[in-house]
Amino acid sequence: MGGTVEELRDQLASVLMPSFGEAVEIRDLRRLTGGASRETWSFDAAHADGIDPLILRRAPAGAPADKASADLMLREAAAMREASRVGVPEPELLATGDDSSELRAPFIVMRRIDGETIGRRILRDEQYVDARPRIASQCGAILGALHTMDPKTVAGAPDLDALAALRAMFEETGVVSPTLELAFRWLATHRPESSRKVVVHGDFRLGNLIIDRSGVAAVLDWELLHLGDPMEDLGWLCVRAWRFGGEQPVAGVGTYDQLFTAYEQTSGHPVDRTVAKWWELYGTVRWGVICILQANRHLKGAERSIELAAIGRRLCEQEYDTLGLLEELLQAAGGRRGGERGTA
Amino acid sequence: MGLHDTPPAAELAAAVEDFLRTDVMPAVDGPLKFQALVAANVMAIIGRELSLGPAQERGHRERLSGLGVADDAQLAAVIRSGAMDDRFGEVIEALRQSVADKVAVANPKWAR
Repeated sequence: MGGTVEELRDQLASVLMPSFGEAVEIRDLRRLTGGASRETWSFDAAHADGIDPLILRRAPAGAPADKASADLMLREAAAMREASRVGVPEPELLATGDDSSELRAPFIVMRRIDGETIGRRILRDEQYVDARPRIASQCGAILGALHTMDPKTVAGAPDLDALAALRAMFEETGVVSPTLELAFRWLATHRPESSRKVVVHGDFRLGNLIIDRSGVAAVLDWELLHLGDPMEDLGWLCVRAWRFGGEQPVAGVGTYDQLFTAYEQTSGHPVDRTVAKWWELYGTVRWGVICILQANRHLKGAERSIELAAIGRRLCEQEYDTLGLLEELLQAAGGRRGGERGTA
Repeated sequence: MGLHDTPPAAELAAAVEDFLRTDVMPAVDGPLKFQALVAANVMAIIGRELSLGPAQERGHRERLSGLGVADDAQLAAVIRSGAMDDRFGEVIEALRQSVADKVAVANPKWAR
């Protein structure tokens, strides 16, 4: 049921006709990325009034058209609209649909925004030299706005205990890791009180941000959005894996202070550095668990891929960073016993 | 001397890695080029594991026995039970060496 590129071109022309109110010709249609859960395509829509550069996100062709994946795609679209309303830079949506549409799969069509998403290029290319020093504070301000999104607009978003959910994901892999076990023990015994429950993006980092010459131009990939502690997004952004070789803690290009100060100014909520560090440790463990899950997709035969197989050997990078963070936290706690909650 | 003939496995892995980098990568584009790079990196991991692995394995066993456990599964279980709470620093130190050894095989550039 996947169909050919020619079929997709005709289907897109048909679903976009109402948006433009006239006949549309689809040009330069090419696939950018493909994953287990989402495909991204780039194309131009040419019509009597001009040419619009657009992006299609859809469930993979040939995937079973289940209601859950349609709901997820529609929730992603709703999140983008709500994020835009509260001031998060978002691409404008032109059309959405489910598997009853011409595309026979849940999809979103949005405007294509110029810029770069690949972390290594953002950190190294000359054209982002002015953008780099701005990214951390821009991210702080964007997250401050993002966390004011109305949860009612994304009804059905997962609302789980973050630590219990991660623990369950880890146990399901069947992998033994004393290091992750040590981190889970620390996380459980030093868990901060959650101050607020907000809409969390869930994957806010380089790779999912479009960066142009002046900094963050758009926030993408709302697939993992859920309800939770706002500090989860800030901690995740500081995880070393998302620094792409950069020296600085925030996305490889900025300081904790830039991120936290901008967040505090925009949101009006103070950032407790210890709580943010707890979430950075949580994020590091989470990426470790995801490495295991990716490798298992290859090992268990779901998707044969040398890339997925190799990711299994990146678990030790996350273990390495986990131990560094645990040592730092243990020292900050005055060398108290690992399993005891501090009273300071 | 072992049972197998020359070249030793580590040198076979090095030959495949060299073939992937020198012959395959320049000849292909796009996703295949990236996959060839990943494959070359995997051959390098295999080479390092073959040469460093046995000594690392012994060091890891010694550290586990220093902590009073037989294997990783038992260490994970005692950590989870809370029985290692008052030896947290000691456990971190032992694991840091074992994990540094894994990084030295999987991606030496990650260490700092």
